[in-house]
Amino acid sequence: MTFVAKPKVHHPKLPLNEIGLTRRDYEGPVSTLCAGCGHDSVSAAIIAACAELSLPPHRFAKVSGIGCSSKTPSYFLSKSHGFNSVHGRMPSVATGANLANRDLYCIGVSGDGDSASIGLGQFAHIVRRRINMLYIVDNNGTYGLTKGQFSATNDKGSTSKKGAPNLYEPIDLVSMALQIGASFVGRSFSGDKKQLVPLIKAALMHKGFAFLDVISPCVAFNNHNGSTKSYDYVRDHSGSVVVTDYHLPHEEITADYAPGTTEDVQMPDGSTLRLSKLDDSFDPHDRVSALTYVQRRQAEGEVVTGLLYVDPEASDCHEVMGTVKRPLNEFEAAELCPGNDVLAGINESFR
Amino acid sequence: MTVSYNDFVIRFANVNGSGSASANGMFAKALFRMGVPVATRNIFPSNIQGLPTWFEVRVSEKGYLGRREGVDIMVAMNAETYAEDVASLKPGGFLVYDNSKPLAESLRRSDIHEIGIPLSSLLLPEFSDIKQRGLFKNVTYLGALAALLNIEFEVITGMVATQYKGKDALIQPNINALEIGRRYAEEYLQCPLPLQVKRTDQIGDRIMIDGNTAGALGALYGGATVCAWYPITPSTSVAEAFEKYANQLRIDKDSGERKFAIVQAEDELAAIGIVIGAAWNGARSFTATSGPGISLMSEFLGLAYFAEIPAVIFDVQRSGPSTGMPTRTQQSDLLSAAYASHGDTKHVLLLPATPRECFDFGADALDLADRLQTPVLVMSDLELGMNDNLSAPLTWDDDRQYDRGKVLDAKTLDELPRFGRYLDVDGDGIGYRTYPGTHPEKGAFFTRGTSRDEYAAYTESPEVYERNMERLTRKWETAAQLVPSAEIETSGQRAGILFYGTTALPMPEALDMLGEEGIHLDTIRVRAFPFGKEVYEFIASHDLIFVVEQNRDAQMKMLLTTEGGLDPARLISILYFGGLSISADTIQAQVSEYYTENKLPRLTEVKS
Repeated sequence: MTFVAKPKVHHPKLPLNEIGLTRRDYEGPVSTLCAGCGHDSVSAAIIAACAELSLPPHRFAKVSGIGCSSKTPSYFLSKSHGFNSVHGRMPSVATGANLANRDLYCIGVSGDGDSASIGLGQFAHIVRRRINMLYIVDNNGTYGLTKGQFSATNDKGSTSKKGAPNLYEPIDLVSMALQIGASFVGRSFSGDKKQLVPLIKAALMHKGFAFLDVISPCVAFNNHNGSTKSYDYVRDHSGSVVVTDYHLPHEEITADYAPGTTEDVQMPDGSTLRLSKLDDSFDPHDRVSALTYVQRRQAEGEVVTGLLYVDPEASDCHEVMGTVKRPLNEFEAAELCPGNDVLAGINESFR
Repeated sequence: MTVSYNDFVIRFANVNGSGSASANGMFAKALFRMGVPVATRNIFPSNIQGLPTWFEVRVSEKGYLGRREGVDIMVAMNAETYAEDVASLKPGGFLVYDNSKPLAESLRRSDIHEIGIPLSSLLLPEFSDIKQRGLFKNVTYLGALAALLNIEFEVITGMVATQYKGKDALIQPNINALEIGRRYAEEYLQCPLPLQVKRTDQIGDRIMIDGNTAGALGALYGGATVCAWYPITPSTSVAEAFEKYANQLRIDKDSGERKFAIVQAEDELAAIGIVIGAAWNGARSFTATSGPGISLMSEFLGLAYFAEIPAVIFDVQRSGPSTGMPTRTQQSDLLSAAYASHGDTKHVLLLPATPRECFDFGADALDLADRLQTPVLVMSDLELGMNDNLSAPLTWDDDRQYDRGKVLDAKTLDELPRFGRYLDVDGDGIGYRTYPGTHPEKGAFFTRGTSRDEYAAYTESPEVYERNMERLTRKWETAAQLVPSAEIETSGQRAGILFYGTTALPMPEALDMLGEEGIHLDTIRVRAFPFGKEVYEFIASHDLIFVVEQNRDAQMKMLLTTEGGLDPARLISILYFGGLSISADTIQAQVSEYYTENKLPRLTEVKS
């Protein structure tokens, strides 16, 4: 396997965004995942979201663990640094990266094996720490690179490609994230670009920890009849609670594209998140009822998608810790080192 | 009776959690302030309250700071350990105990002096509260010891005043308790004893500080801005001291904001992951841990080695394996740290012997990690980290700049035709790196634990993989030139003695003892791994080398023979691994025995 760069030339009529870039400027080299892999659709949605938001494509820190999903950060935003780290430990690397430079947009991509099994502990703790980042789980319910073992998010009774049923209860990362205190929680489907792109945009603009669980079918090992993470199953069983649309600060909000009640949520940067509720009983600002709703629908075999919870007033770890506004990685000796006179005083306190 | 001054070992036997630490600490500090060299050792259980704990003070006019076998004065305050405490006294030693209740006949020894002080009875009328009575008991024996050993009383009372500054209500009761002890000793006991303290000037400008605090200050002065850690004895106080001083010294004057971030992580895996993530993103970062933490961090350490990311780890070693003796000292993580992780990995180790070196190496490790783009482990231990050690004062050169290593900024990237993260441009095995977000078009690369070519592109090419691994070997050779070199003292002897870390503490005394037997040795104190060429030259130029270390399996010897291709037969191991720090007597006895068994010539024999 080698690195295949995409040709830099692009169609002259490709639209430019506000900083004069086309979508191609947000891409990466050609993916080496299987053709039709849901993960590539997630990467494409990230590319679309970043381009539409006109974010500078080099100002991201992309981090991942190990697995098919964790390979994807090399397939988008090639002008940014990426770090494919250790299996299940992306949250700690993301934490360090965010502490070092709070000005970069931090995107962590993980999988269900990476986050719900080997990395479940780190997943829980990064939620608690409120790292300001977008944390995406490409959730396919299977271990792809090791050829099709069940993962911890696989539904009980769902079958493997060879027909054997999964005997164990699934871990629902959305419920966990809600319970532990994530300030932005959503779920989507890799095949639903219309829902996914606005969710990613809103998550990127959210200050605090934004979690997106994206059901992303594995075409090689988990897309057969009997699987509850196949394209067909998810299309048939997903129920959207809220249709999300994200608007930049100066963008005019014209039409509401879905029926039902709508609500505009002001984001910290002045932008607007427009929510169109499909079910009046659902309140995306109430953590407890969101959790109950997700679990109740899950018990009925339905996959709830959309924006499930958002706290637009949330704080991030830097606010909690009271760190300086300037990135910590910019400080030099003159600003960090107290000097020898102070040290002489410290010596004196040890005499 | 002849009187000896400033030369004894006193041991306090207490119950953990009974408040003895502060009184015992004041005892040591008082002697220090009288100019007398002291070394303190806290021998404590893995327990919060109730189990036995000992505090030992080595008092030595000659400045010997290592442990010496045998106790001269035992302050036996724990009934549970009476038997072993009485037994540990040297013949002619002094037993200080609470004789409010008579000492059991079975515990008495005819070859020691008993000094009974009715501490409980004395305090009964003074303090109605039983808990207070327990606490002040410690201060009362301190007062009695002042009279018995001739310690300047004002030095102690002065210390009480500083210690309880801000809690003024506690000052007078403490001084009263001290007075009760002193008055009793002066009235009823033979004062002073033939073992006495006398003001001298052997301290100079030295300070008394624990290695963990010194190491934390080193990290602070060295510019660490991110600290991630998980509590584990005996390293916890590194992170706590960093937090304490950072809260004083790293606050932005105008905004009150912190120029640092500390995360108490969920485990050691996360702690090292945070350190590596921060360093990848250009912030100086460190963690502190002990043996079990090193085991957990191993996978990440391999990633940092292979992906070439700086990281600084303080490993305050304790007795293993497994949970081992978590509150006892050892030098037993050497191998697991040097080769931590799977695959071909090697890590830079710094081996401090004093708090001053904990400070210096703490700051140097940050420079070295950045320069070498690799993890650097500062291998301290419980003996050094958690005990107050006499140390040269800490100093900082105000002209010193941080060495951030080979990092390209946007301007340099502009001038570069093509950036290759893993190109060995300078031939030292170290490539140039960029921090994320530096340049809109150039310098971005993908960091991974998988193999890649010089331009950071994924590859499984055997040639490219080998080329990369060989470059890492070149980098290792560069490291050997940059790390602190060994300290060598030679006087043309045929045999040498090699040691490192806290094994250096008893060495001057052990060498003097051996000298009296006609055994004279050249010395080398190794201060880092990879070993510099001076280490191999020293070994090559001596007929035999004693390698002294505090572990069972001779880990330093293994490193030396493996890395240097040396004949193991020429390296004679002197080992101690009981969890107390190695004593001068142990070193002397094992070396002497080797000389006897192998009929090696001694200088005295040649003379006669």
